[in-house]
Amino acid sequence: MPATEPVAQPGPLRWRTVEVIEAIAETPRVKSLVLRAPEWPGHRAGQHVDVRLTGEDGYQAQRSYSLASAPEAAHLAITVERVDDGEVSPYLAEEVRPGDRFELRGPIGGYFVWTVGMGGPLFLIAGGSGIAPLMAMVRHRAVTRSSAPARLIYSSRTADDIIYRGELERLAASESGLEVTHTLTRSRPPGWRGETRRIDRAMLTSAGFPPSLRPRAFVCGPTGLVETAARALLEIGHAPNLIKTERFGPTGR
Amino acid sequence: MAADDRAGTAPLDGNAVAGLLREVFACEMTVAIITCSGCGTSGPAGAIRVFGGAMGAIFRCATCDTAVLRVARTPRGVWLDLRGARSVVVPNSR
Repeated sequence: MPATEPVAQPGPLRWRTVEVIEAIAETPRVKSLVLRAPEWPGHRAGQHVDVRLTGEDGYQAQRSYSLASAPEAAHLAITVERVDDGEVSPYLAEEVRPGDRFELRGPIGGYFVWTVGMGGPLFLIAGGSGIAPLMAMVRHRAVTRSSAPARLIYSSRTADDIIYRGELERLAASESGLEVTHTLTRSRPPGWRGETRRIDRAMLTSAGFPPSLRPRAFVCGPTGLVETAARALLEIGHAPNLIKTERFGPTGR
Repeated sequence: MAADDRAGTAPLDGNAVAGLLREVFACEMTVAIITCSGCGTSGPAGAIRVFGGAMGAIFRCATCDTAVLRVARTPRGVWLDLRGARSVVVPNSR
């Protein structure tokens, strides 16, 4: 295994208290929370954490969130989409303030993971807040100055719903080998240059890598998008063992 | 429990309940290779379709629909049923 392969983390996961340093509004419904996690053991891009909130009466609610921060970043970041009837996300996406604390355990997951040592090309396909673990990969790639070619196809409902839009534009403009294709499924603003339909086989062919380059594909988003994209990737001829998926429930993660 | 945690009838995948499995197993289980007792299909747990959520879930074989792994949080503890798995191979830690 390459030296960049991470440390395995055996033994039980423990809950640790983290402190919110900053809450960044990404879109009207989505916030990123920058967290101070003392003695964090490190993580790999694509892994997630469980978040646990405890009410004054002792009632607990738990939810999983992908880590959006690069492993190299000084602090952890999760990106939370408000789910109106949710138990955890309204607090995290609306109420939470710098200085607030809650419990978190992780990192969790070893399947949906990319490290720079695995090489590329890196073929990322995201729907909505499914961008979060892929953003950790994009940031990891940028921070390590990886030369692995990377292409991201990112589906959002409207232009206002695009998460990390400015950062993605900057990274794509930096000529680092990252290409970003946006597609909008609900509206087309004036002057929009991206795609305006659901991700399909034609888009995966024109904006992705050909199977002959053996790209590592990571697909993350709502179940429908993930199944459509994964099936289309197989039809195009991508190797099943190079396609990794992570599905969110219908309510989003 | 939470609306957040309900997956309804749409499948998730093994990654969604990895935290619950880590309460039972001392290692990361999404990379464990599970072989279905129904049809012999095998693959990493993280790729298997999962129905349920963080409080309990069923891993179903994509080929034959056998419930290869069932896990739930109960008042007595984390309940695990592996009768649908012929084998579970946990890769050596790196």
